Amino acid sequence: MYLDSNDRRPAITPKLALRVAIIGGLALALFAIVFFRLWYLQVLSGDRYLAEANDNQVREIKVQAPRGEILDRNGDVLVENRVGLAVKVTPDKLPPEGPVRDTLYERLGKLLGLKPAKIGTTVNEQLTALPFSAATVEQDVKLPIVQYVLEHRADFPGVAVERVFLRSYPNEEVGAHIFGTVGEVTQEQLKGQRYRGVTLGDRVGQSGVEYSYDRFLRGRNGATRLQVDALGTLRGEGAVKEPEQGKQLRLSVDFDVQQTGQQALGDSKAAFVAMDVRNGEILGLGSSPSFDPNQFARIIKPSDFERLSAEENGAPLTNRATQGLYPTGSTFKLITATAALEEGLITPTENQFDGGSLQVGGITFNNAGNASYGSLALPKALQVSSDVFFYRLGQEANSAGNGLAIQDWANRLGLGRRTGVDLPGELPGLIPTPEWRNRLYRKEQTDRPWSVGDNINLSVGQGDVQVNPLQLAVSYAAVANGGTVVTPHLGQRVEDANGRALQEFESSSQRRLNIDSQNRQAIMEGLRLAASAPGGTSTDVFKGFPIDVAGKTGTAEKGAGRPDQSWYAALAPYPNPRYVVVTTFEEGGFGAETAAPAARRILAALFDVNDEKDKVVRGSAAE
Amino acid sequence: MQAGSLGSTVQEFRQAAERGASPLRRLDPLLLLAAVGLIGASVYMMSTATVDDVPGQPYYYVVRQSIYGAIGIALMLLIARFDYSRLRDLKLGIYGVMIALILLVVLIGTAERGSRRAIEFSFFSFQSSELGKVLLIVALSAFLVDRSRRLSERESTSRVVLLALIPAILVVAQPDLGSGLVYLAVLAALLFVAGTRWTHLAGLAALGVAATVIVLVAAPAMGVEVLKPYQVDRLTAFVHPTNDPQKQGYQLQQSITAIGAGQKTGRGAEDASQTRLDFLPEHHTDFIFSVVGEEFGFAGAAFVLSLYALLIWRCLRILTMAKNLYGALIAGGVTAMLMFQLFVNVGMTIGIMPITGVPLPLLSYGGSSVLVTFMAIGLLQSIHVQARATAAAKGRELIA
Repeated sequence: MYLDSNDRRPAITPKLALRVAIIGGLALALFAIVFFRLWYLQVLSGDRYLAEANDNQVREIKVQAPRGEILDRNGDVLVENRVGLAVKVTPDKLPPEGPVRDTLYERLGKLLGLKPAKIGTTVNEQLTALPFSAATVEQDVKLPIVQYVLEHRADFPGVAVERVFLRSYPNEEVGAHIFGTVGEVTQEQLKGQRYRGVTLGDRVGQSGVEYSYDRFLRGRNGATRLQVDALGTLRGEGAVKEPEQGKQLRLSVDFDVQQTGQQALGDSKAAFVAMDVRNGEILGLGSSPSFDPNQFARIIKPSDFERLSAEENGAPLTNRATQGLYPTGSTFKLITATAALEEGLITPTENQFDGGSLQVGGITFNNAGNASYGSLALPKALQVSSDVFFYRLGQEANSAGNGLAIQDWANRLGLGRRTGVDLPGELPGLIPTPEWRNRLYRKEQTDRPWSVGDNINLSVGQGDVQVNPLQLAVSYAAVANGGTVVTPHLGQRVEDANGRALQEFESSSQRRLNIDSQNRQAIMEGLRLAASAPGGTSTDVFKGFPIDVAGKTGTAEKGAGRPDQSWYAALAPYPNPRYVVVTTFEEGGFGAETAAPAARRILAALFDVNDEKDKVVRGSAAE
Repeated sequence: MQAGSLGSTVQEFRQAAERGASPLRRLDPLLLLAAVGLIGASVYMMSTATVDDVPGQPYYYVVRQSIYGAIGIALMLLIARFDYSRLRDLKLGIYGVMIALILLVVLIGTAERGSRRAIEFSFFSFQSSELGKVLLIVALSAFLVDRSRRLSERESTSRVVLLALIPAILVVAQPDLGSGLVYLAVLAALLFVAGTRWTHLAGLAALGVAATVIVLVAAPAMGVEVLKPYQVDRLTAFVHPTNDPQKQGYQLQQSITAIGAGQKTGRGAEDASQTRLDFLPEHHTDFIFSVVGEEFGFAGAAFVLSLYALLIWRCLRILTMAKNLYGALIAGGVTAMLMFQLFVNVGMTIGIMPITGVPLPLLSYGGSSVLVTFMAIGLLQSIHVQARATAAAKGRELIA
């Protein structure tokens, strides 16, 4: 055996025993620490860590809910959804600014056909506005491009593809102003009550009924839970919370009427409204030039937006039916007549003499076309659109009572104030009063104070008066239905996907006016004569039309060589009208030339007189 | 070595054969049980945790770890047959070989994750710093035995410290901080077991603390890089764990989550998402204990820890049994090596120790580590066999 001196040392010394005991004690203490720590982690806090581990492997991807569809009153689909693929960049995974990011933008640009610098700017803009949400590079990307991106993930750090529901408008320009547009919710909007439950990046209605009924249309977002590994690579799909589509919205609009109306407007700067006089249901409302809202389904390019807003292109985004304010011309005579009759300035049968002109304070107010109609009563005055007859009423009203008979009635009938229609951005317009003009004069914003001439101008819808077509429709409806000022509306009810009603929107009225039935009858008779009797301003237009129409032409001078504003307001069927149709053309000349023929086509659509819908029958009568 | 050493071994065998007791029958069965149990557990863990790690080869790590284990066990049995005491005379050679191997790696080694640690063979990459652990124990113990009578002298202590510091610094320079720290732990244990004076130990401890503060706090603050910044990050990460995947604390956070999620009885291999989905980095090597914790919960972790407890108990017992001081020192060094790696590694996975890249002995995947650990256990067995043989020769029965 191999032995040396150390082999003969005594058995373990007390000193070594102590030291071994210390090592053993240390080991024991360390084991105890490890056990307690494990106990704490696994037994006491296990639930929390289990949740964390489950969380770890799951990425929740928001699945945008499709918006509800929008139908017309007959159930025809006006607005639907399609699935698009959006290429986005996520801020947390985007490479820091520098060459890597530049290369990424170059690659993306080549792929998507965008300029790299442009991508940089749009992404930066979006990230500045919404620092934590993914910025959309391109909203609607073709599948092969998406596949390329997904197959070359490493080359596209921070780039993600999301399925998005995009609004689709099968009828393109038809109804664009009613539907409005959708767009990503803005940060200001998120602060308000209106958008509770909406998160960054969600698309919400930004105009039209998309805006008004957004809370019904928008639905509830779902989520896909994806199992991913530490590198974020997809390993499987977890639970899916199905998105809940928004509710279906049924409008009172009749697609046929809407389409006919927009065709009737043509390329002119014009607008029309077709409304049920009894309850304010709008069957058609349009503005021209129109636009294709499908452009807003993607991210709208600033250049497109500018083009659609530009005045020289006719500002297609402007809804002239609610935002177009014009003097009404002779269509205003309905209001003047109502005021004069109700305030007792005249009676329905009282004759006035129309010698072709009226001299007031050194100014001569002439009839249009210098006609003179002799002695006539109200119905006849409306029939031929005698200006002098109404000039006199304007003159009298200016001095009778508080001098505001016409203004007060205009107001009661819904002019110079918002109608309350369910479309955002409606403008109130203006009914000029002495107080208004005098205030402007004091502020030196106008050259003269109120004079009787202003009231005379107002009586025939000339001068400072500013009215939108929808307001005029409401006022005609009020006279036609015997005094109810309706609240015009487009939304009829909210439905589930099967068309079962979930919520009906009751028709409401603003107020009830007391209009003497004889007075009403005289006015209605005048309007009927205007559209049917020989010498009536729109008789030519409605010759042979199978429905009895009552209507008033209007031609408003806008001064300084600008073409006249052409108007037509129609009520049908006479004598108990169901519909009011108002049309206006910014450069239409006489009402009988452009506005009335358009109204005729819309009426044909309303009453399903199909062979008349495309017929353009022009009148010529001056007023 | 004496010329007659071979003869004496033959003689010993003959004696053993005469008494009907082969050296293998004098092995410590519990130590063997702990070691085989751990390598078995390791192979099993490889089979559950690494299925997806090498595409197309679900048993890549299982097969390799099994082979390492088998070779390791054979190596252990082989070493157990020899009398460790003869290694004393080879101390200079052993020490020289160790330094040479470490230097060789620095010169020609392959870089793995930014550090040069291994010499690449066609089938196996050899980590000299691992082998260095056991070589250092054998050599340093021999030096200590030589100076055992002058142990109270300051010179003895400083010589031994210097002998350990040279390989430690070289290894840290590879850079393999973990092995460097193991060398220092071995040094401390050897001095402690040999009986170095408390004052010397206290002085060394104070130096150690001062060095740590300088390396981790003072030097970086002054802009001097003693350790690479990532190493400092790793060492200090457990103080401030984070969820940022870019930061070192991320691994730590994921490891704690994995262990915690295991709860009492574990999530099972299939549902252990932290492991399976790679949230747990290095799950077959440094973080294998987290896998145990996640897949088998507190019960599994406790079972594995019990095997280690058994292992360390046997180590300490063999330390006290050793027939000579050299055996006691080797046993002390091996105990320190195992304990240090065990607690630093497990401590790291449960968030109470810094990240140092120390493998968990026998459980972590890795040929060098497994073979070296088995060599160390082989030495322990040899000490046990020798002690039993000596006792038998003296006609005295040891109580097992």
